[in-house]
Amino acid sequence: MKRFKLKNKLARFATHAILILFTIIAVYPVLQVVTISLRQADRLLSTSLEIIPDNATLNAYVELFTNRPFLLWTANSAFVSFVVTLTGVVLASMAGYAFSRFNFLGKKFGLLSLLVTQMFPATMLLLPLYIMMIYLGLINTYIGIIVVYSATALPFCVWTMKGYYDTIPFSLEEAARIDGCNQFQAFYKIILPLAAPALVITGLFSFMAAWSEYIVAAQVLQDTKLWTLPLGLKSFESNMTTEWGLYGAASFIVMIPVVALFLLLSRWLVSGLTLGSVKG
Amino acid sequence: MGSVKLENVRKTFDPNITVVHDVNLLIEDKEFVVLVGPSGCGKSTTLRMIAGLEEITSGNISIDNVVVNDIPPKDRDIAMVFQNYALYPHMNVFENMAFGLKLRKYEKAEIQKRVNKAAGILGISQLLDRRPKALSGGQRQRVALGRAIVRQPKVFLFDEPLSNLDANLRVQMRTEISRLHHQIETTMIYVTHDQVEAMSMGDRIVVMKDGYIYQVDTPLNIYNFPANKFVASFIGSPTMNFMLGKVQNGEMHSFAIADNSFSLPLPESLKSKLSQFAGQEVILGIRPEHIHTIQQSQSPTLVSVNVDIEVLETVGNEMFVYFSLQNSKSKDHFVARVPPDTRLKVGSPFSLYIDTSKLHFFDKATEKSI
Repeated sequence: MKRFKLKNKLARFATHAILILFTIIAVYPVLQVVTISLRQADRLLSTSLEIIPDNATLNAYVELFTNRPFLLWTANSAFVSFVVTLTGVVLASMAGYAFSRFNFLGKKFGLLSLLVTQMFPATMLLLPLYIMMIYLGLINTYIGIIVVYSATALPFCVWTMKGYYDTIPFSLEEAARIDGCNQFQAFYKIILPLAAPALVITGLFSFMAAWSEYIVAAQVLQDTKLWTLPLGLKSFESNMTTEWGLYGAASFIVMIPVVALFLLLSRWLVSGLTLGSVKG
Repeated sequence: MGSVKLENVRKTFDPNITVVHDVNLLIEDKEFVVLVGPSGCGKSTTLRMIAGLEEITSGNISIDNVVVNDIPPKDRDIAMVFQNYALYPHMNVFENMAFGLKLRKYEKAEIQKRVNKAAGILGISQLLDRRPKALSGGQRQRVALGRAIVRQPKVFLFDEPLSNLDANLRVQMRTEISRLHHQIETTMIYVTHDQVEAMSMGDRIVVMKDGYIYQVDTPLNIYNFPANKFVASFIGSPTMNFMLGKVQNGEMHSFAIADNSFSLPLPESLKSKLSQFAGQEVILGIRPEHIHTIQQSQSPTLVSVNVDIEVLETVGNEMFVYFSLQNSKSKDHFVARVPPDTRLKVGSPFSLYIDTSKLHFFDKATEKSI
């Protein structure tokens, strides 16, 4: 009995030790970004591991908001991300519903095609996308970047929504149709509210796809007034020097909305990921 | 008026699988009709076609003398109660019941009045603020019933509404639905695979199998005069006993099984009908309650038969005796329903008495009643 208890304690200690180690590995770089943003300009390349440096300063943050177009980039990013999220949620919620509920010619092919688009790395699609954008006159426009972001986020979103709708019993819509709904009313009055967890996942995914994307933005948005945050951040790096303090401060601020959204929506996320796995 | 008429209604799923074959049925206004049959017999599909949830392949469905083939469910003036309740999880009980009325743009006061009245009838007034997940199975089904009755439709459709409830609750809800029918006097069409529900609730029963209607009649007529072997076997528990044998046309008309170890004189009433089957094989059917022990009754129509008792099942108010025929090569097993205090012992030979006035005969080829 005693031996069993000791073994149990050791196992628990080992588990926690491993968990703590990996948490440190995951969190420390993020903290290091914060540290860099707080350092004095002459100590940016310090190898010290302390989190709050000696003589910590908020100069980088002040510089960011006063002498750089950081607010403009944030507004641009927010706008693009908002439109992409909205497009993603609206289109995926309806496309997923069609794939889940109706039988039509090309349904299987359509679903499979959506999946296949996810198999290609983004960099591979860059050239064809760029050429298409030129032909369509969408270079240097928000529409261009929004179309690309939406198109890349949609397949995942459609699949997520379809999978979730599949877990909602048909009889709910049937009851609604008998109660007086037409097909579309049954969808938005009954099915859509029930699919909230999937909508949250879809929304979050679309938002993140747009908020932190750099490669496509770097090709499509060439006018600095149109720059989104990732492009702005990259501008702190030049051939000769990199403004690490500003870089750190901006990176930290860019992180905040994503983390806040995650925390805010975590309740939905957890239930969204587990719901449907067991028929309840 | 809420009569429902089905004329040659057929449903075919691709590729060429017909699940309902040219069904004809007239359900009168205010009638309670039960569609009963084993799984896959087409009863639910028929109901869903009446509801408009399933398109019909051919034929006509009329509600109140109006052909509704192409009318969407919402405009058919029907209400439906589903097996899994189908309550809207994001709405409370009041909102669930009021949903149909709101969509039809009823005044708030009228909605309130109707919902309160229905909740009163169903005894769920205290639950109106609750979400479905906070209700028990029985309460959920009551809400589903409430959602249907507030609309005051022409026709109520029930798709196995009690299947998800436990045995006690099922009996209770069964009575409540029957009471509701008397209270609101509206046409009701009820689908079930449970023959006890069918017998106890319906004004008329429609027995279905493989997409065909086998018999439409009152519960008692279905029980006493089954049109064919399937109906005879499906209605009644324990099921009717069947025996294959030949009609012998001697001095006395009689029925005998193949090895002649068992024969029965035929009742007067059936002699003329059965004489045309002389020398041919027919199926004899006898219900378990028409096989007696001597204590029960002594009547001239009782014929004694020696049996080996195999299993005894006491269910409180009655006892089921499972037996085989003595000295017979036949491996068939039969069952009799006897009073629970009958003294019987498994393995011992015994004499049971078959009431020959209650025999049923079926054509071996068509399985139709003779």
